[in-house]
Amino acid sequence: MAEFYIEEIKKSPRISRLVEHLFEKMPQIEADRAVLLTESYKNSEGKPVITRRAEAFEHILKNIPITIRPEELIVGSATKQPRSCQVFPEFSYQWLEDEFDTVETRTADPFYISEETKQTLREVYKYWKGRTTSELALEYMSEGTKTAMAHNIFTPGNYFYNGVGHVTVNYAEVLEIGFEGIMAKAKTELEGLSDGDADYAEKNAFLNAVIKSLEAACLYAERYALLAVEMAKAETDSKRKLELALIANNCANVPRKGAKSFYEACQSFWFVQMLLQTESSGHSISPGRFDQYMYPYYKKDLDEGKITREFAQELMDCIWVKLNDLNKVRDAASAEGFAGYSLFQNLIAGGQNTEGLDATNDLSFMCINATAHVSLPQPSFSVRIWNGTPHEFILRAAELTRMGLGLPAYYNDEVIIPALVSRGLTLEDARDYNIIGCVEPQKSGKTEGWHDAAFFNMCRPLELVFGNGKDFGVQVGPKTGEIKDFDTFDKFYSAYKTQMRKMIEYMVNANNSIDVAHAKRCPLPFLSSMVEDCIKRGTSVQQGGAVYNFTGPQGFGIANMADALYAIKTLVYEQKKYTLNQFADALRNNYGEEMPPVIATGLTTQIVKELALKGRALSKEEISDVYIKITKNQTPEDKKRFYDKLREDIEALPKFGNDNLEVDLFARDVAYTYTKPLQEFKNPRGGIFQAGLYPVSANVPLGAQTGATPDGRLAGTPVADGVSPAAGRDVNGPTASCNSVARLDHFIASNGTLFNMKFHPSALKGQSGLESFAALVCGYFEQKGMHMQFNVVSRETLLDAQKYPEKYKTLVVRVAGYSALFTTLSRSLQDDIINRTEQGGF
Amino acid sequence: MQDYLNTIGRIFDIQKFSVHDGPGIRTIVFLKGCVLRCKWCCNPESQNYEIEQMTTAGKTKTVGRDVTVKEVMEEVLKDRVYFRRTGGGITLSGGESLCQPDFAVALLRAAKENGLSTAIESTAAAPIETIRKLLPYLDHYLMDIKHTNPEKHKEFTGRDNRLMLENARHLAKEARHLVIRVPVIPTFNDTVEEISAIAAYVSEIMPGGEIHLLPYHRLGSDKYKGLGREYKMEHISPPTDEHMEKLLETVKKFGLQGQIGG
Repeated sequence: MAEFYIEEIKKSPRISRLVEHLFEKMPQIEADRAVLLTESYKNSEGKPVITRRAEAFEHILKNIPITIRPEELIVGSATKQPRSCQVFPEFSYQWLEDEFDTVETRTADPFYISEETKQTLREVYKYWKGRTTSELALEYMSEGTKTAMAHNIFTPGNYFYNGVGHVTVNYAEVLEIGFEGIMAKAKTELEGLSDGDADYAEKNAFLNAVIKSLEAACLYAERYALLAVEMAKAETDSKRKLELALIANNCANVPRKGAKSFYEACQSFWFVQMLLQTESSGHSISPGRFDQYMYPYYKKDLDEGKITREFAQELMDCIWVKLNDLNKVRDAASAEGFAGYSLFQNLIAGGQNTEGLDATNDLSFMCINATAHVSLPQPSFSVRIWNGTPHEFILRAAELTRMGLGLPAYYNDEVIIPALVSRGLTLEDARDYNIIGCVEPQKSGKTEGWHDAAFFNMCRPLELVFGNGKDFGVQVGPKTGEIKDFDTFDKFYSAYKTQMRKMIEYMVNANNSIDVAHAKRCPLPFLSSMVEDCIKRGTSVQQGGAVYNFTGPQGFGIANMADALYAIKTLVYEQKKYTLNQFADALRNNYGEEMPPVIATGLTTQIVKELALKGRALSKEEISDVYIKITKNQTPEDKKRFYDKLREDIEALPKFGNDNLEVDLFARDVAYTYTKPLQEFKNPRGGIFQAGLYPVSANVPLGAQTGATPDGRLAGTPVADGVSPAAGRDVNGPTASCNSVARLDHFIASNGTLFNMKFHPSALKGQSGLESFAALVCGYFEQKGMHMQFNVVSRETLLDAQKYPEKYKTLVVRVAGYSALFTTLSRSLQDDIINRTEQGGF
Repeated sequence: MQDYLNTIGRIFDIQKFSVHDGPGIRTIVFLKGCVLRCKWCCNPESQNYEIEQMTTAGKTKTVGRDVTVKEVMEEVLKDRVYFRRTGGGITLSGGESLCQPDFAVALLRAAKENGLSTAIESTAAAPIETIRKLLPYLDHYLMDIKHTNPEKHKEFTGRDNRLMLENARHLAKEARHLVIRVPVIPTFNDTVEEISAIAAYVSEIMPGGEIHLLPYHRLGSDKYKGLGREYKMEHISPPTDEHMEKLLETVKKFGLQGQIGG
C-alpha cells in the first residue's frame, strides 16, 4: 500500500497577509492591454491574422506595467491593482462601453472604473468597430438562430462576447523543456518546410507566430527578473532582499528553460497560467493535474534535501493566492450567469495514471492543505475518485468539504474514463483526464473542447409546443400542431422532441458561427504552442490544430421537464383530470400569480405589436397601463381556485429525486431529448458536439425569462440546476436523491453533469459523519453518477450573511461547478442557494 | 415466496440516511404503537396503534399504513450500496417495535437474509420471551433506560420500569451487542444523581458497557398541536452542552464507555 505524508503542514503567516492585501480594494478595470493591443493592430494592418496576434502579444508583454506585490514569492501580475482585470476589445466591447456607468454599482461582480480609463477605452474602441469576433459571428449566423437567441431559448454569450479559454495546456512539457524547447520544436518544423509546399503560407506564418509569442513570454519573465533585482537593491529587510534575489534568479531561468527545482517549476507554471489569460479573455484556463506534473520536481528536491515540506506548501499556497489575483469583467447578463468573479481555474488531485494505477501522491494531500489554508474560491479545486482511491484521501477531501467552502468537487473516474473513450480518446488519454471550468472533462494538452459553449434552457421548447412554435407572437420554432390535436401523450411528447431538435440545431448554428469567427479573427499562437498537435500540423487550436476537438453546450432544466412532462402524462392522458387546454391556460396566466417583469415585458410588446398591425397605436400611458395590468394579473376567484387545485394535484405527484424508479427513468428519457440529437452535429474544427448537463449559475437569470411550467413552477423563478432535482422537491433524504440522479445516463453527457447537494454542517460531524459522507459519495459513484458538489453551510448562516454582508466578506459557497464569495452574488442567486434542499443526518 | 415476507405490520415512516442510530448509514423503519406515553416523546404520532390524522405546516396527512415485510424491504434495499460501505443497515424504531413482534421478527429476518446489519431502538417493554424471538436476527439492541425509580418512571411514561430493568439484565447477557441510551430530560432525569443511578445499574449488569446520553430536543412539539393533543413539556429547555458534558463525565466514572448523542 502506498504511504502518504498526511500530517497537517502548517500555514505560513505570509499567506494570510497576501490574502488580506488581495482584498484591500475593490477590483478595477485597467486599460493598458487594450491600448497596447490596439497600437499593435494599427501597425499590422494587412498582415496574416496569426502574425498580427503574435505581434500584438509581443507588444503587450514588452510594455505592459509589471509589479511585484508585497511579500510575494511567486510573481507575475496581469494588473497593477490586485484582483483587477484587463479588457479584450478584439472579442467584443460594446457592452462594456454601454455599461461604463453601471459596472461599478451593479449587483453581480461590480468593478471600479476611473473616468480616465473610460476615456482611454472610448478612444481605443473606435478602432474596433466591425473588427470583433462577436460582430463577425453574428454575420455568419442564420436568421432562425438569431430569432431563437433573441427569444432566450439558449444563450451562447460566453464565447460570443469573449475568448474561448476552457483548456488545459501541456504544463508538463513547459516545465520539462521550457519555452526554448518548444521554440526548438517549431524551428524544426520550419526547417522541414519547403518553399514549394502547398501549405507553406499558413504553416510558416503560424510557426513564426508561435516562436514570436514564446520569445515574448520569456522576455516578459525577464522583465520581472530585472524588477526583482532593482527591488532587492532598494530593500532594507535582509530576509526579503534574499527572497527577491531568488525571484530574480527564477524569472531569469523560467519559463525560457526547463525548471531545475520545485520553486522554479511553481514560477514557470504561474507564468504560463497568467499569460494564457493575457493572450485571450477566455476563462476556465484550468491547471488540471497539478499534483501529477509538479510531483517529480517536489520529490527530487525533497529527496535531495533541497526543500522542506513547509516551504513547498508555502509556495503552493502562494500559487493558490495568485489564482485569485486574476479577474475578468463580463457583461451584466453574463455576470449573473457566471456570478462571483469566478475564473473557473479548475485544479484536480488524485485519480489514476495513464496505466490505470492510482496516482495519488503527497502533493495531492498538499493541494487539499492549500485549499484549506487559502480558503478562497480559486482554484476550483476538484478530486478524482475511483475504486482504488486511498480511503485516507477521500476522508481528507471530506474534511475539506466540512469546512464549508464548497470545495472540493468530486469526480468519478469510473464514469468519465469510459465516457471519454466512447468519444474517441485513447484509453491512456482518457485515464489522464482533468476537469475544465465547472465539470467538463478533457485530456490536457491535446484538446480544444469548446466546453461551456452555450446554455440551453430545456423548458423553453415546451413553451413553444404550447404556442405551436410561437413565442410572444413570433414564430420561433416549427409548427408542431395545435394542442387540441394532441390526443395521445406520445403526440405531445413527440412535438416537444421536434421543438428540442430544431432549437438544438439553431444553437449548433450559433456555436459554429462563433467558432469560425474565432478562427478567422482571433487565433491564439501562444496557447497553440502548448497544445498537441498544433506545431506538427502548423495550425492553431482555433483552426483545428488540437488532437481532440469537441463543442460542448450544456442543457439544464431536466428536473423541471421530467416533472412537467410526467404531470401532463399523468393528469391529462392517464387520469384525464385536466385537459391540455386547461394546462395551457394555467401556464399562460402563471397559475393566477403575479407576472414577473421579463415575461410581462414580452407580453406587453406582443400586444402593442399586434394592435399596431391592426392600425391601433398605443400611447406611452396606455402601454404602461397594459404592462401594469399584465403584471398584476388579477384572476377571478373561481379561476384562481381552479389554478390552485391544479397546482396542488401537480404537487401531489411523485417527483424526480425521490428514488422512484418510474419517474427517474422518465427523467432519463427526457434528458435524452437534449443529449441524443446534439451528438449528431459536427463543428468546423472536425469534431463533434457532446452534451453537458449543468447550468453554471444561469438557471437563475434564465429562469427569470421562463414562463410557468407544467411542474407547478411559477414564471420567472429559477429552473433546476444541472442534474439535481428541482429545489425542495427531493424530500426523501440524500441517498434517495443520489439514487435518482444516478439513474440518468451520465455517460452520454460526456461534457459533464453537475449534481448539487446541500448539507447542514451537523450531518458531517465527527469521524462517523465523515465516513457516512464518503460512503454517500462513493455510493453515488458506484451507481455511475459523474460529479458531486456540496454546500455545507447552515441556512441560518446564509440568511445572516444576506443581512450583514460586511461580516461575511470571505464566506465562500458552492454556486454550480465552482465556488464564489457569497456576498458578491446577486440576491436572486443567493436566494436560490438558500432554497436548495438541505440534507441533514437524521 | 417465503411466507414471512407477507407478514403485515403497521408503520408510520421510513427514514433514510440515518447516521445516529446504529453503525453506518441506516434506514429507520418506524413501527406504530407504543406501550409507553413519555411526556417528552418527539414522535407522538407513533404512540397509538390506530391510524390517525396529523396536521403539520398547514397540511393534513394520514399517519400510519399497513405494509408487508416485502414492501418495506424493497424500500430499505434501495440504499444497499450505502449500507455496504459503512456496515449500515436497518434500524427498527417506533413506537415500540415489540408491540408488533411477528412483524418485527420477520423484518429483521428478511434484513439478515439480505446481509444487512440490524438494529432496534426499543424500551424492551415486553416479556423476555417475546424479545428472545428477535435476538437471533439482531446485531444491535439500542435500549432505553430512562430512570431507575419506578414511581418517577411511571409518572413520566405511564408505566413503571421493573420489567424493563429486568429485561436489560437479560439482554446484557443474551444480546449480540447492547447499547443503553438515556434520553436526558430536564425535570425528569437530568440530575447528576439520577444519571449516576442509571450508570450504576448499567455498570452492574454490563461492566464497561456502552451508554449514550441523548439530550432532550423540542423537534416534536409541533406534532402535538397537529394531533390535537397537549404538549406537556412546553416549559422545559434542552440541557446545555456544559451540563451534558458533566453528565458524560459522571457515567465515565462508572467505567462505562459514554458518548453524547447516538
